[in-house]
Amino acid sequence: MITDYLQTVDWSRAQFALTAIYHWFFVPLTLGLSVIIAIMETLYYRTKDEFWLRTTKFWMRLFGVNFAIGVATGIILEFEFGTNWSNYSYFVGDIFGAPLAVEGILAFFMESTFIAVMFFGWNRVSKGFHLTATWLTAVGANLSALWILVANAWMQYPTGCTFNLETVRNEMTSFAAVALSPVAVNKFLHTVTSSFTLAALFVVGVSAWYLLKGRETRMAKKSISIASAFGLLFALLTAHTGDKSGAIIGRVQPMKLAAMEALYEGRTHCPLTAFGVVCADDYKTGEQARLKVEIPSLLSMLTFRDAGAFVPGIRDLVEGNPSQGIISTAEKMERGRRVVAELRRFKEARAVNDQEEAAAVKRLFDPSTSEGEVFMRDYYPYLGYGYLSSPEEVVPHVPLLFYSFRLMVGAGTLFILILALVWWSNRKNLLEKRRWLLHTVLWCIPLAYLASQAGWVLAEVGRQPWAIQDLMPVSVAASKIPSASVSVTFFIFVVLFTALLIADISILVRQIKSGPEKE
Amino acid sequence: MKRLLLNIFHFYRDGFREMTVGRTLWIIILVKLFVFFVILRLIFFPDQLADMTDGEKAATVMEQLTS
Repeated sequence: MITDYLQTVDWSRAQFALTAIYHWFFVPLTLGLSVIIAIMETLYYRTKDEFWLRTTKFWMRLFGVNFAIGVATGIILEFEFGTNWSNYSYFVGDIFGAPLAVEGILAFFMESTFIAVMFFGWNRVSKGFHLTATWLTAVGANLSALWILVANAWMQYPTGCTFNLETVRNEMTSFAAVALSPVAVNKFLHTVTSSFTLAALFVVGVSAWYLLKGRETRMAKKSISIASAFGLLFALLTAHTGDKSGAIIGRVQPMKLAAMEALYEGRTHCPLTAFGVVCADDYKTGEQARLKVEIPSLLSMLTFRDAGAFVPGIRDLVEGNPSQGIISTAEKMERGRRVVAELRRFKEARAVNDQEEAAAVKRLFDPSTSEGEVFMRDYYPYLGYGYLSSPEEVVPHVPLLFYSFRLMVGAGTLFILILALVWWSNRKNLLEKRRWLLHTVLWCIPLAYLASQAGWVLAEVGRQPWAIQDLMPVSVAASKIPSASVSVTFFIFVVLFTALLIADISILVRQIKSGPEKE
Repeated sequence: MKRLLLNIFHFYRDGFREMTVGRTLWIIILVKLFVFFVILRLIFFPDQLADMTDGEKAATVMEQLTS
């Protein structure tokens, strides 16, 4: 029987996914295009050539459209934390709130202050001050991304914190551990480099359209010259940081790695599946991926830098593998249930004012005591498992992850090749003759958005069933509110964000067709 | 200080006056912010724990974690 609360959980998940996906339509272009226009304005500053001023202003106009329509779409996610995910918000607010607060106070104000100078300051401030404002807008935008990604990284890899039984909250013990965790640093670098690649493809694609129409030829070629080099550099860095992501995930979220590879049985010399066909029931039926194209030993190599390394599969992680030191999910559930039982014992002791009993539980949750050291090391990390009904709940949606990963990596590889070819063709003044390449790069714009979204699907669906990896499943994180209230706002967001997206695309297209200011 | 504030005011005033595409964008921004912060935030997105004391919040979440 589906209870109303289960429906609330699913509607809350759907709503967060919907709003995050729509928000992410606007963000990557803001992050990357802000840097590209800063580079172009730097060229204007250095050469004093009015051509670069005109070119910069054109791309800045497109940046402004995307920024204006996208701004504050992320604030909806914060509303949802307070309403739909109140248990989660309280449980981790001390840690989660800090990076979000820094983002709001520092980065957003910096961005919004200097963006005004960027748009209003032509002919009102010095060229040097204006250029500085443009760069600081780019820095502010990317700093915003940093803090949001630090918060998200903590959900994937909770660190730098301790649990306070009195307040029932996780409390930050080290801001550095949170902000500089390897998951946070790599997530930021990977997200930003992929966003820069997307923005570069946008500039190259729009410029390709101008070349196809025989318009603004000089602006298009010069823009391609900058954007293709910029994009190629960051596409390569995206691949590098993506490789590191895989290695990190293999260590801190092994189920995510196993699921995105549709790896059911772990093995040494584990191959990477370049392509295959997987179905949702394969794990249960024992069916392997069909039409598989495998690269021998590559997954072991990429994950552990050792071609012979054992990569655990879904079954190893669910059923356990003592020979590899992997405890079963059933065992983790037992340990988690013990933690939940101790929380319940504390609650009941407090209710009847049994101070001796309460003190006994407090010693368990205090890592400075001998029993607390063992309990917090061997039991508390599995708190979330105590809420699961069956071990199979820890398996995320394998086909969705499998295909998202391949879409992301396949597209990323294509972008490296395309950008290199575009850069070279442009350098040799062959682009206008290669109309097939211009059409291809134009289609890379929507593909880049799809690949970028696929990355987030991988990150967030791969984290399921966890709101916080191992500590809190989404089924506990959601607020106990009527599902109808969540479903109503879900549909409001469908209408609202679709309208914003249509407005964004139509205004951008109109501005592109209109072109830069007349010379 | 007064002159600085006045210059900043003129900067923004003249900037807004000279906008072309920006006018449409600002209408979109203002409508969007009104919908987000007035309609959605006030009506549909109350902070579930906002009106509770710290003790009540802890008790509520403890209840959720142990029920």
